[in-house]
Order: sequence, then C-alpha cells, then structure tokens
Amino acid sequence: MLAYVLRRLAVAIPTLLLLIVISYILMHFAPGGPFSKDREVPAAVLANLNAKYGLDDPLWKQIWDYLYGIVVHFDFGPSFVYPDLTVNQLIAKGFPVTLTYGILSFLLAVLVGVILGVTAAIWHNSWLDYLAVGISIGAQVLPNFVMAPILLLIFTLWYRLLPGGGWSFSDPTFWIMPVIALATSYMASITRITRSSMLEVLGSNHIRTARAKGMPERRVILRHALKPAMLPVISYLGPVFVSMITGSVVIDMFFSTGGIGKSFVDSALNRDYAVMMGVTILLGTLTILFNLLVDILYVWIDPKIRY
Amino acid sequence: MMIEQAKMQSLADRMVRDDVKGRSPWADARKRFFRNKAAIVGLLLLVLVVLFALLGEFFAVWSNEELDFAVMGQVAQMGAPSIENGHYFGTDDLGRDLFSRTVQGTQISLMVGVVGAAIAMIVGTLYGAAAGFIGGRVDQFMMRLVDILMSIPYMFVLILMLVMFGRSIGMLFLGIGMISWLEMSRIVRGQTLSLKNREFIEAARATGVPGWKIITRHIVPNLLGVVAVYATLLVPLMILTESFISFLGLGIQEPLTSLGALISEGADTITYGTIWQLAFPLFFFVITLFAFFFIGDGLRDALDPKDR
Amino acid sequence: MTKFFATTALVTVLSLPVYAAQPAEGEKLAEDQSLSFWILDAIKTLDPQLTESRTDSDMIRQLFEGLMTQDDTGAMVPGMAESHDISDDKLTYTFHLRDAKWSNGDPVTAGDFVYAWRRAADPETASEYAWFVELMNLENATAVVKGEASPEELGVTAIDDKTLEVKLSKPTPYFLKTLDHATTYPVPQKVIEEHGQQWTQPGNLVGNGAYVLKSHDLGVKATAVKNDQYYDAENTIIDEVNFITVNDQNIALTRYQAGEIDWFNLIPAGQYPKLKEEFPDEAISVPWACSYGYVFNLSEKGPEALKDLRVRQALSYAIDRDIIVDKVLQGGQKPAYYWTHWAMEGFEEPEIEMANWTQPERMEKARELLTEAGYGPDNPLKLKLMYNTSEDHKKIAIAVQQFWKAIGVELTLENYEWKVFVDKGNNQDFEVQRYAWCADYNEASTFLDWFRTDGDNNGMWSNEEYDQLLADAATEENPAENYKKMEQLLIGDMALAPVYHYAQPNMIKPDLRGVPLDNVMGDWYAKELYRVAE
Repeated sequence: MLAYVLRRLAVAIPTLLLLIVISYILMHFAPGGPFSKDREVPAAVLANLNAKYGLDDPLWKQIWDYLYGIVVHFDFGPSFVYPDLTVNQLIAKGFPVTLTYGILSFLLAVLVGVILGVTAAIWHNSWLDYLAVGISIGAQVLPNFVMAPILLLIFTLWYRLLPGGGWSFSDPTFWIMPVIALATSYMASITRITRSSMLEVLGSNHIRTARAKGMPERRVILRHALKPAMLPVISYLGPVFVSMITGSVVIDMFFSTGGIGKSFVDSALNRDYAVMMGVTILLGTLTILFNLLVDILYVWIDPKIRY
Repeated sequence: MMIEQAKMQSLADRMVRDDVKGRSPWADARKRFFRNKAAIVGLLLLVLVVLFALLGEFFAVWSNEELDFAVMGQVAQMGAPSIENGHYFGTDDLGRDLFSRTVQGTQISLMVGVVGAAIAMIVGTLYGAAAGFIGGRVDQFMMRLVDILMSIPYMFVLILMLVMFGRSIGMLFLGIGMISWLEMSRIVRGQTLSLKNREFIEAARATGVPGWKIITRHIVPNLLGVVAVYATLLVPLMILTESFISFLGLGIQEPLTSLGALISEGADTITYGTIWQLAFPLFFFVITLFAFFFIGDGLRDALDPKDR
Repeated sequence: MTKFFATTALVTVLSLPVYAAQPAEGEKLAEDQSLSFWILDAIKTLDPQLTESRTDSDMIRQLFEGLMTQDDTGAMVPGMAESHDISDDKLTYTFHLRDAKWSNGDPVTAGDFVYAWRRAADPETASEYAWFVELMNLENATAVVKGEASPEELGVTAIDDKTLEVKLSKPTPYFLKTLDHATTYPVPQKVIEEHGQQWTQPGNLVGNGAYVLKSHDLGVKATAVKNDQYYDAENTIIDEVNFITVNDQNIALTRYQAGEIDWFNLIPAGQYPKLKEEFPDEAISVPWACSYGYVFNLSEKGPEALKDLRVRQALSYAIDRDIIVDKVLQGGQKPAYYWTHWAMEGFEEPEIEMANWTQPERMEKARELLTEAGYGPDNPLKLKLMYNTSEDHKKIAIAVQQFWKAIGVELTLENYEWKVFVDKGNNQDFEVQRYAWCADYNEASTFLDWFRTDGDNNGMWSNEEYDQLLADAATEENPAENYKKMEQLLIGDMALAPVYHYAQPNMIKPDLRGVPLDNVMGDWYAKELYRVAE
C-alpha cells in the first residue's frame, strides 16, 4: 500500500511539471500580454515593465526562474495585474474562501445524496422513492449558473433573507447560497448513484442470505449493504471534486465570494501569468492528492482490491 | 451529471466474456431496451428534439438574427410569446425571435455534443486499443500519460485554449472532445487486453494480418457495445461543458447561438420580467440532456443485465 | 476657468472656501452615515502612481488628495494647494500648500508631491501611467520616462515645505485640470520605503485624503473610514465608505434593490426606462465623458474597400443611432455624429451634415454611395467587425450588422477577449473595430488627441491640417473654434463612424444626497455626500 502511494506521488511530479510547462507555453504564445493596453504603453515604460517582471528573458529561462522560485523559496512571484499583492498573498486570501464553501458543498452533496439515495432504495417504489428520483433527475441537469440567479431572486430579492453576495468567515449567512448553488447537481447525481447501487446490493445473494438468517433489517443495511453500495459513489467523488473546482468559477462570479475560481479566469483573461500559473499549480496538486485519497479510500472499503 | 465508471467497467467486462461473445448480445439487448420505459421516453424525446432542430426553421416566421424593431426596446411588454406576431417563444433582449434562436441553438448544442463525443470516442478507442494491443513498455508509457493527463484540471486548460487561440467552433469541438477521451481509452485498453489472447486474434496474427488491421477489423468491432454506451452518455456531458463555456462568454460567435448561451442570457435577465428567455431554451436543454441520458442508461442496462 | 487663467498672468487666485458636504436647510441627517458604492471589478491597486483603472481611482480619491479637487460641477477648486501663481509665459506654476496632515499625523509637504511625481515618471517604478506626466508637459518628462534623464531633472521642485514649483515644457491650457488625477496625488515617502510593495495594505497605508483604509478583501469589499487628521474632517459627514465588488451588473441591480448597495452607477442596457418609471427618485441618468464609435482601419493592413471615402460614409450613414440609443441602450445616452463628448467644458457643437438628415435620407445616401463605389448585390461588400466581450458591445454590434445588411454589406462579427482585442487593435489587425474613449480631463483635446497623426488612433487616420489645428489649440485663447474645425475634418473624412455619447444611468438611494450629478467626468468625493433621515 505504502509503495503504491509513493509510486502515485512520484507520478504527480512529472504531471505537475507537464502542467506548468503546457500552461506557460500556452500563455506565452497567446496574443496580448499583461501590459498590452488600450492606450499603448510607451516603449520605454513597457521595457521597464518587462524588465521588472523578467519577461525580457528567453522563454526557457523564464520557466526555469519560475520553477526555481517555487521549489526553493515557495515563491510564486508577484501579480502583474494586482501590483499590491504577490501570488502567495492572493492565494492566501482567496483559497480559504473557496475551500470553505467547497468543503461544505462537498459534504452537503455527499451526506444528503447518500442519505436520500439509501432511503429511496430501502423504500423502493414508495412515494419517497419517486420523490427522491424525480428531484434528483431534475436537479442534476440544472447548471449552477441557472441555480445561482434563481436562489438570488428568491432569497435576496423577494424574501431578503440572505445577503446577495460577499463573504465573511464569521457570518454563515454568506455561505448558504454559494454552498447550495454548488452542491445541488452533485447531490442529485449522488442520490441517483447511491440508490441504484444500493438496490443492486440489496438484491444480491449475500444480503438475501443475511436476511434468511433472520438478521434484523437495520443491521443488514448498516453492516452488510452500505459498505459495498458505497463503492460506485466513492469512484464518483474524484470527478465531483474536479468539477466542483470548475463550478467555483460560477460561484465566485455570481456571489462575489472572492475565491480563487474567479482569480483564475481573470488571470487568464488579463494575462496575469503568475497568478494563472499559481492557481493552476494549486488546483492541479489538489486534484492529484484528492484522487489519491479517493483511491486509498476505495481500497480500504473494498477488500478485493490489492495493490 | 457524470458517467458512472463502475457501471461502465461492469459492462466492459461482460462484453468480453466468452459466454456472451458466442451469441450476439445485441438481439437480447434490443428486446430489453424496448422494455425499459425510461429508455423509450428518452428515445421519443430525442426524436422530438432532433425534429425540432431540423424542421423548426420551416415554421419560424423570423430568422435567428432579424431584429423586430416593433418589439426592440420594450421586450418586457411586447416581446412575450405570441402567435400573432410570429414570436412563438417571445423575443430576446434585442427583439430577435427566440423560437428560431432556440431552433438554431439546439442544432449547435446537438452538434457540439455529437461531434465532441465522436472525437472522444475515436481518439479514446484507437488510443486504448493501440496501447492494449501493443502492450509492454509502450502500453505502460501510454497509460501513464493518461494518468498524468487525467490529473490536469481540464476545464482550465480549455479556458486557456479558448482565451489564447480565440473562440471558434472548431476549437470548441477540439477542446471539448480532447478532454473526455481519457476514461474511454482506459476501458478500451482493458477490453483489448482480454481480447488479445482469444483464438480469433491469435489466428489473424498467425496469418500475418498487420497490427493496425487487427485493431480496426477485429478488436474495435468487439468494443462496439461499450463505445456506443459511452458515447451516448458523453453527449449530455459535452452539451453541459459547452454551456459552461458559453456562460463564461467564450462560446460560439454571434449571431449564432447555442442552448447554453441562450440559457446564460436568460438567467441574466431573470429579474426583468422576461422569464420566457430562460424557460424555453432551458426546457429544450433539459429534455435533450434527459433524452441522451436515459438512452445511454437504457442501452447499458440492456447490454449488461443484472439479475435482480 | 481656462479663459480666466489664460488672460490673467501672474495673479494669485484667491483661496476659495473649501468644498464640503453642506446639507440644505431643513434636512435632518440620518444616524447611519455609511455609504456602499458598487464597483464592477476588484480593486487592482491603491497605489496612486501605479493605478490605471477608473475603479481604483474612485477609491484612491477618498484616500488621497491632490493639489486641486473638483466641485460638484467638475470645476477645479483648491485641494492641497490653497492658491497658485502662473508666470507670464505660462510655463511656471507655483503652488502654495495649506496646512494639512497625513493620516499618521505627519505634515503634508511640497516634498511629498515632488517625490510622488518623480516616482510616477521614474522608469524604476514602471508605472503604466508614466505617460500621464508627459501629458502634463512637465519639463523633461519624456526624457525621464525614457530613462534618458534622472528623475531629479523632472520639472518639479519644492521651494520650501509649503511651496511647490512646477515647470512646463510648453504652455498647457489643461494643466490645472490634470491635478486631480491619481497619478499626481502625493504619497508618503517614509511609509513606502518602510513597507515597499506592501504599503497599500490596510494598516500600512497612510494617505492625506478624507478617509483612511480600514480593510480590503480583494474582489469582495474594501472599506475606508473617516480620517480624523484630514484638514476638513469636521465637515465630513459620511463616516464609512464601502466599495462592493459585484462582477455582474444584473446581480448588482438585484443587490441594490435588496438594499445592500446605496449607489449603483451602471444600470444594464435596456432597464433604465422601467426603473425610472418604478423609482423616479432613484433612477437618474447623467452625461458621462466617453464616446463610442466604429473605427475604420485605414492603414496598409486595412481592407482596400475602406480606403474609399464613399464606403466609409455609407457605413456611417447606415447606422441608426436613434435605435441604438433609444431601443438598445435606453440609458439616456445621446446619438453621436462627432467624436468629442457633447458635454465637455468649453466645447461647442460642430455643424455636421448628416446630423440633420432623417434616417431614411441617410439610408438612401448610403445605398447611392455604395453603388457608386462599385458594390451591389453581385459584388457585396464584405467586412469584419471586431468587438470585445461585453453584453452591450455585443448588442450594438448585432444591431449594426442588421443596419449594414440593409445596404447590402455582409458583416461578420468577431468577438475577442479584451487582451486579444487590444493587441489586434494596436497592431492594425482588424477591419472595423468598436472603440470608446473616456476623457482624461474635462476638455475636448483629450478626445481629439486620439486622432493626432502620432496619437493612439488604431485606424491610422492622419491629416496635417488636423495636427496643426490641435497644436495651435494649446496656445489659442479660444480653442473651441479649432476643435469645431477638427471635428469637421474628422467626420468629413469619416475617420470613424461615431455612434453614441455615453451617459451614466445611476440608481441612487433617495436618502443619499450630494452626489455630483453635474460632473461629466463622473468623479466624486465621499466627503461631499451625506444621508438624510427619512
């Protein structure tokens, strides 16, 4: 197991390198730079700017300096567009926000999704089942950029219950709409997956055996059915995570939460090379780590798999 | 919404099992498919959506780009759906006919979905089959590459590409297709590995058939079931991805539009009393996704029946 | 004002009363004197010399104060400088500073201005607004910006702590109007040297404005509170100013309606009339010094067709500006038949032929001209129009595509991201592009300078007579005549098709008073605002 984890981590390094190099090159060859302005910056000033940010070096040296800064000093460089801040500061400001509503959405989606799914499976073909299935089918195709304005309309404009945007770590009312808007469609998918997987397990032989032995239903479900039924859900978590990161862009845009999703899109649009690279690396690393975590969890639950 | 890899794996395993290999899995599957109510509804919906996309133009009074100057400027009062002025679905913010825009947007969305899925399918199948068939170090390398590519936050790379190279429908197809062949290639590789040592492949090899021919003639046809299911389930994902890209404003060039772009515009104006701008495109968006989703699901269940 | 300075040499301008919030009689002040102002994007920097955005400037204007400030009509009034003298040759300005303090209690000295201005021009700072110092025509500005002269050679000196002497390289009628631009604000040398790049962080930032930075949550909210050290603190009523970022105008409007924002100054296109009807006291549209147009690429890289004046005229005539203004934007904008914004101080409307025609007349002329130029159904004119991503630009482009279709032009729309758009524009890599210009100072030359032969004009239009008129205007007693002639030259040759003059459709909470609605530059000071009890 440890060897497996180490091997996976070893793959992570070339992955990140590849990601950095691809992004850097994509960016470098894009038309327009961080300082191309509507009102052209005089050549002399542009030269100064390029010198200040090292953009007058050859490409390989830029990439090298960049990597060197990260590896040796954990320094992602200065932002080109927000001269008051370094990339480290920008990420330190935005990332906790993204992480907070991200984790909450993830938990909400998984917990509620699993509970709904299991309930629907146990009371198969009851009104509860139909309700859960009906809602989840509808909700899973509703893009979050439709969900968000609907929430705003209801909770901010009509009922004035929740602030229409902004962020505060001390006031949970700011968290509610971002979390719901981000979680809904995943919650629906997880409900569906859990339900069908649970139904399958409940119909399998070993559950029948357990029931035949006269084991109480509660115990059958909790002890024997739940664990194997979770396997498809777990393998679904990796993609959910990645796609939630993408969804955070929508959340940041609608609710002005100040997370790094918006920073990423802005930095790509503004050619803020350093910020874009920083966020890409951060999210790439997270994705890799999370996928690893999911795999380990999978092994832990399913004794059949050995590495 | 996402493809459940566990189920796909189960399907793939079944498709290469010897007992299934012997008789055609398709005849039974067809029967099972047509017994599945959800799948039938899906199929019907899809037929309706396709008819709408293809024939809608003939019923439209307005083109998708004409401005109705009588409505323009007072869309909330005058632009509501109406049979009299020919705007069956109302108009958009500029007084353009939403019916013909929805028709045209559905065409683009279907096209993005199908072409994107096709690219993913072709690349994924060939890549996976090649890796599995060649085997050894090459296989190791090719699959490691897939592992690496899978860890990249692809949506960000897609955003980067659209920002960098400018928007174009070709770029969109390429970008969307490019990001989803990875899972496909894994499953195909697994199947190829188990097919590789079967007699009919051995026989072909012994008679000197070249490798690429074995892949295209013997291996790929045997993968058809998985590929078909996968592709059907990929289409709604592609459409969703395109809608996100449109939301970011990186989608298709005006005056063309897509369902995603229409929804995103409609969602912007949700508070201005022009709810039809969201409702109609969203309706077609949702039923299109459902249709593919139900069909794909039904197809998979038909090919990989579980004894319940 | 321009005229006054031009005719009165070496006169000390009497110090006028400080401009401050003055509730009218009978108005009762509200208990809560906080203000939440909407901004579209995150604040990029609060460093006056580094900023290049209007959003940043709106906040910086609360935190710092320049030699001059503006009253509610946009006229220049004394700020840090109580008074000033101008030499006979109009090349030397001497400013006498008032007793004022930085927010940390240090006195504001002439040296602070010298430091700031040198800093703006210094290549080391690499300010994207270094060109502003050149625009001011400070002595040696260009050489300093290019790195050919040391910043010490810039034409600004501190005679003593209270006296600042500025030397210009040529008489500049608009010079005083540049003195309320962020680039010219003083900055505290000690603080910058102590904190480096971090000096603009809350807690570090020291300013001389009416407010001091309390917190800054990037992309969410920035808050400034009343500065007790400010010289006119006793007359400052608003005690807290919040800048709230909302990246979408529609959501911003929702949040305004939910009471989270007090002043929202960019109602989405098409919504103003409805809001005006519903909230007549809150929806107020005011002119705003920007103009919008379609620029034709006349450079070598441009299409051959556009080099024909008849084609350019046809294209310009065919744009139905009334529809764009009344049916697309609907926010109080005005159709444009010339380039300079109509409300610029001292600008007189030029006589433009097409302005007096009806739209059907224009269409007829357009068709005739196009046929004359050799285009018709068998040989349609094909063009590409470039615009950057924005709901409004898109809407106008779509409308124009239809207008041009009516005269047989096949127009392809090309939507690019801002950076690509700018890059293509600056490299003449387009056929027709949408363009907008916002005034740097309240005078027509800021618009007209764009079409100077060495100006920023992406279309590369060039005219010697025009250049001469512009150069002469700088020393002219009444430059309005020159500006009129220049507009006629510009539109006579249809260097661009002007489309509309901007307006700013605001939503302002009815209890918020003192908003400078007559300032066409759109600049405002929170210290002049106040809220009344309802």
